[in-house]
Amino acid sequence: MKTLRAFAGFVAASLRLIGQGNALYWGWIAALLVLIVSGALAYAEQLRVGLGLTAMRDQVSWGFYIGNFTFMVGVAAAAVVLVIPAYVYHWKPIREIVMFGELLAVSSIVMCLLFVTVDLGRPERFWHLIPPFGRLNFPRSILAWDVIVLNIYLLINLVVVTHVLFRAFCGRPYSTRLVLPLVLFSIPMAIAIHTVTAFLYNGLAARPYWNASILAPQFLASAFSSGPAILLAVLQLLRRFTRFEIRDEALWKIAELMAYAVFMNLFFHGAEVFKEYYSNTEHSLYTRYWFEGIGGHRTLVPYAWSAVTLQLIALGLLIVPATRRHVITLNVGALATYAGCYIEKGMGLIIPGFTPDTLGEIYQYSPTMTELRVAAGVFAVGFLLFTLLLRVTVPILLGELRLAQGERRFEAPEASGAAAAVLTER
Amino acid sequence: MDKNTSVDDRPEPVSRRKFATCAAAAAAGWVLTACGPRRLHDVPRDRLRQLVRDMEREYSARYGTTVAVSDAGPLPGVLFGYALDISRCIGCRRCVYACVEENNLTRDPQIHWIRVLQMDKEHGVDFTHADPYYDPEQVPQEGHFYVPVSCQQCRDAPCTKVCPTGATWTEQDGIVVIDYDWCIGCRCCMAACPYGARHFNWRTPSVPPAEVNPSMHYLGNRPRPRGVVEKCTFCIQRVRAGRYPACVEVCPVGARKFGNLLDPDSEIRYIIEHKRVMVLKEELNTMPKFFYFYG
Repeated sequence: MKTLRAFAGFVAASLRLIGQGNALYWGWIAALLVLIVSGALAYAEQLRVGLGLTAMRDQVSWGFYIGNFTFMVGVAAAAVVLVIPAYVYHWKPIREIVMFGELLAVSSIVMCLLFVTVDLGRPERFWHLIPPFGRLNFPRSILAWDVIVLNIYLLINLVVVTHVLFRAFCGRPYSTRLVLPLVLFSIPMAIAIHTVTAFLYNGLAARPYWNASILAPQFLASAFSSGPAILLAVLQLLRRFTRFEIRDEALWKIAELMAYAVFMNLFFHGAEVFKEYYSNTEHSLYTRYWFEGIGGHRTLVPYAWSAVTLQLIALGLLIVPATRRHVITLNVGALATYAGCYIEKGMGLIIPGFTPDTLGEIYQYSPTMTELRVAAGVFAVGFLLFTLLLRVTVPILLGELRLAQGERRFEAPEASGAAAAVLTER
Repeated sequence: MDKNTSVDDRPEPVSRRKFATCAAAAAAGWVLTACGPRRLHDVPRDRLRQLVRDMEREYSARYGTTVAVSDAGPLPGVLFGYALDISRCIGCRRCVYACVEENNLTRDPQIHWIRVLQMDKEHGVDFTHADPYYDPEQVPQEGHFYVPVSCQQCRDAPCTKVCPTGATWTEQDGIVVIDYDWCIGCRCCMAACPYGARHFNWRTPSVPPAEVNPSMHYLGNRPRPRGVVEKCTFCIQRVRAGRYPACVEVCPVGARKFGNLLDPDSEIRYIIEHKRVMVLKEELNTMPKFFYFYG
């Protein structure tokens, strides 16, 4: 009962925190809300008319939505990139950094689930997947596996985050017996969500572009490049706007790990390109479509080469210690990694898999305004969630927001006032 | 409308009590019948009959004609197979349009369950050089031959394997069907199909009431909603009633053959034994029950 009441206090305090902030905070929230409203309107129209409002057709039956879904699964897996080094290298403050990885995981999984939902032809029938009312085609369908692992991963991260925050709010240390096994379990789960998502495509013999066993390792490599790229940005922002101490060595170590991941990603791609071009079977058509186009169909070619160029730049900047340690080149490298992986996953994985289609037809896919607006809306929901989670997490972890012992009320207003300003002010 | 009936037609006012009773009964009924909607695959026989009656009522009202929805099941000892004589096909696409009419395929936007590919003679059966949009004055065209492709009714169908809700399955007589009321529209099956046989309702399908084929089957040519996948069912409404599929009947050159693979005296068995048959993309091991041969 006491815990319940404390938890109610925790929720109330969190909500109050969310409602406080300076102009920058509210401006950011407002911008996100605008995108969300625009996305919601576009989605409402898509629900009314049908997926015909997208550029997807029978020939290219998955597009921008599923590309974004795949990319965000990779970002979600990034949390684990922090968990492993955090425990291996014993950074200070370990706990908090891991925490941010997990917040990112929660937000990205929510985005993943939203991206799949907006891609469904009959979203109101989603319960057909959920036993006992529905029927999950498990273990035959890989999508069924994906539904399961994504939700488990979301649950693990939610439980850890909530537990750690609530305990910190109550002024008590978190339970190692609960958190440690869950955090360790999240490592194989992070690999699992990405592997299973890769298998979703990998298992389709009808699509030679995906039906290559390099796909799952390559998914992991690109996830371990792009996820940390976001975290690098977040950690630098936190260091700037809050009292969090995040040492340069920690950022450099993340950047170094990213460099290895980018290299592996490029290497796996290179291996695939060699196989396709040297053996030159008819299955090389899809890779050709991506890198050089077929006939006059060259829509994706600029994307392909910008993805390669960006990743090469990133590799160069992050592998050389001097540029890795310089604040500008470090951030350029992170941005290049992120953009390169996004193009490669968003457009480069899904579209060439479908072009040409199974009967040899070439349909040039390029997302419509509806798709762009809906996708922007989903990203905005994710960013909003991430912002609000950070808004609550930072003051609690810094000890600025506490349940006052014995009195069932919160600490003096000056403390929470400081907490309110802490995210965006310095 | 007739003057005499207009009085009877006036709806009776519904009292609150009556409404509440009906609503409660409906809710209870929904819960009792194993929680409302179910996959047609799992629906018991008697409930299926009732569902089919409901469909008939709904479609009859929608199209202003008497619609019959068959619930005919597979017959024991029957496994349907198809064979197509590539050397005879002239690429006239009559099969495509007979299929559209027979199976109530949407006219706007258009969906075709059969795609006829024009191939170059010098390349053989090669999809990379296929043209589905050929439009000459006359067919067949010099230097070309034609390969119509629809659902290959695979024995190991990749589409049914990947479906997350089990909304598509293979019937006992070998026909791969879809439950249009259970499909969530994720389109995994379309990514998995090596033959482009599955089609999605990107917009609301429309069939002019005057052109509706009122002879339907609950797993076949009944109207589809927006946002679900559909495909060739070997004209399940016809073949389970002992008739040929519409494309077989309409083919002017007799290139299309259909029959029971388990019947040693059937035409399809004769073809398999006396002609040299092949299947599309045999390396994928989908084991189609749709054969191509040179007659």
